[in-house]
Amino acid sequence: MALLKIKFTQQRRVHLAQGLWLLSWMAVMWGGVIFCLGVYLKTELLRRAEVMDNTEIHVVPNILMMVGLASIGTNWVASRVCQDSLDPTRFPRWKVPLLAWFAVATVLCCLLIAVVALSYALQGSLEESLKVGLRNGIRFYKDTDVPGRCFQKETIDRLQMEFRCCGNNNFKDWFEVQWVSNRYLDFTSKDVKDRIRSNVDNRYLLDGVPFSCCNPTSPRPCLRYHLTDNNAHFNYDYQSEELNLYSRGCRQALTDYYMELMNSTGPGVLSVILIQLSVLLSLRYLQTAVETAMVLEDPEGDSEGYLLEKGVKETIEDLKINALTMLKFGQVDPNAAEGSSEVADAEKDEKDAPPSPAS
Amino acid sequence: MALMLIKFDMKKRVKLAQTVWFMYWFAVMAGVLVFSMGLFFKIELRKRSELMDNNESHFLPNLLILMGLVACGINAFGGKVCYDSLDPSKFVKWKPMLKCFLMVCVGFNALLLVTALLCFLMRIPLQFTLAEGLKNGMKYYKDTDTPGRCYMKRTLDLMQIEFRCCGNDNFRDWFEIQWVSNRYLDFSAKEVKDRIGSNVDGQYLMDGVPFSCCNPSSPRPCIQLQMTNNSAYYSYDHYTEELNVWKRGCRDSMLSYYGGLMNTIGLLVVLVTMLEVAVTIGLQYIDSSLSTLVNPEDPESESEGWILEKTVKETFTDIMDKMKSMGKGSKVDEGGEAAVATVS
Repeated sequence: MALLKIKFTQQRRVHLAQGLWLLSWMAVMWGGVIFCLGVYLKTELLRRAEVMDNTEIHVVPNILMMVGLASIGTNWVASRVCQDSLDPTRFPRWKVPLLAWFAVATVLCCLLIAVVALSYALQGSLEESLKVGLRNGIRFYKDTDVPGRCFQKETIDRLQMEFRCCGNNNFKDWFEVQWVSNRYLDFTSKDVKDRIRSNVDNRYLLDGVPFSCCNPTSPRPCLRYHLTDNNAHFNYDYQSEELNLYSRGCRQALTDYYMELMNSTGPGVLSVILIQLSVLLSLRYLQTAVETAMVLEDPEGDSEGYLLEKGVKETIEDLKINALTMLKFGQVDPNAAEGSSEVADAEKDEKDAPPSPAS
Repeated sequence: MALMLIKFDMKKRVKLAQTVWFMYWFAVMAGVLVFSMGLFFKIELRKRSELMDNNESHFLPNLLILMGLVACGINAFGGKVCYDSLDPSKFVKWKPMLKCFLMVCVGFNALLLVTALLCFLMRIPLQFTLAEGLKNGMKYYKDTDTPGRCYMKRTLDLMQIEFRCCGNDNFRDWFEIQWVSNRYLDFSAKEVKDRIGSNVDGQYLMDGVPFSCCNPSSPRPCIQLQMTNNSAYYSYDHYTEELNVWKRGCRDSMLSYYGGLMNTIGLLVVLVTMLEVAVTIGLQYIDSSLSTLVNPEDPESESEGWILEKTVKETFTDIMDKMKSMGKGSKVDEGGEAAVATVS
């Protein structure tokens, strides 16, 4: 019993071919859109590559780009098949390639679903990568004279200003790191000597933050130094001051930004999955309808189109049998060789067996 | 002797009509482009209206928006006429108004050129508006508790960060105004009393700048207070320190930004004008070629097309004569009426 049989008149077949041609060109365009989304996501990730420790998250835009290109090619092939489907002389040459096409289209749909799942699953990995990258960035903030790290200060400053964030988790991360280079410290002054001696690693730690943490919406000119000392500034209370600096940590800010970006590509990806599936199903109907029509005496008469020739269970059984026969064909010679070696083994065992009971 | 006479046969006429139709659709898109540029410019001006003395002229973006819309309309109509010109029965209904339409097109092209010229010239009033607006903006920086000015600090900070500039001409402009609100000054402290006493207006002036002037590319953490005091910081010389704060003034930055924007828009409008002139000439050729058929009954006969029926001089004298006769005609009527009035 064929699966989801539909009757097709010649008129309907022509309409199906035309509609499918349009649909496959639309799918080509959507494939291009997916490719562009992938490129955009990749460039956004590369822009902040300096504060990311690993590149695991890059698998999402890579798959998007690959699927985009593959879907452009696949759907272009589908449109060619549509054009040839109404011509009985040209359609038979597509018989074998169509099987491959169906496999590729199914793989593409699965990959797209995988991308959606991955973009949620990799959030944890992204956060970890940002945590390590930002920690290093903050540590190397002062090393503007070390080759390879001299742009960390500018990167972190611009990042904090653009994403309106301060530090890794919050602004207190800056209290635990020496972010003023030794070149600008007067080691003869008492204040510097006190601060250096106050911790084990002899670092110049202060309760201050760089200027890029300052929040422009604060009604008061930015207070950057002596943040924990209420007496250092007039009318200042450290516990209740909220607008002075950015309260969000940069890790949270960047994670939110990238998650939002990937979520916004969600609807596009889902619509591409739907379009690809409809192209797949329509092409299958077109193929079966045209093939049954070619076999008929009257090629312009009615024919039936179906998804699967037999039911789902029977098709799976058929596939299993086919696969086994293919394996068996491969196993015929090794079986013969095994058979002779088994016989030899059996003889050996028989020879070995009697002596043991005797002893 | 007609101006730029060209002989047309059926095939050539068809090709001309198709080309001009195609160009008209390009021109419609160009009209949309002009409209969107006017809109973009208007939005950019609104974004910074607080820093522009609040009476900045929106004349130019409004004009661009209007011209864009009119261009779309005119070009769509022209395209329809071109499309119909291939069918003699349809073209008959457009024939009478075509001369008027062409006059309107010529006038519109002249207006477009004037708009392009304005784009290049509006830079000058903008310069003065910006200078005035920025000076006031800096004065109101500290007034975050005054309604109507409470967002000036944020606007100014964000602008200095975005345009990478500090102060009006340079960072020293901040030394001449009080940018710290009195709410955050301890009037019992000696330092505050000294500073307030040191100038006539009783203002708290300091040699410091807000944090938004800081340059992230500086290798050193930003020095924004006590900037002229070399001994306040280790290894610091304020004469040679270059990367610490932004060196450029905000008036220059914003002027170059808006100037560049207006130059680009002006250039694009000039290009659109050239396109419009081309389609107008094309339509004139279509009109003249379809009205000079050798055999009026046979649409496939040959014809001639031109830009002007007579030479430029003759056309000009013709127009002058027409205007004179129109003027004389009304005078004769007036004289007749006056005579009648006096008689009665």
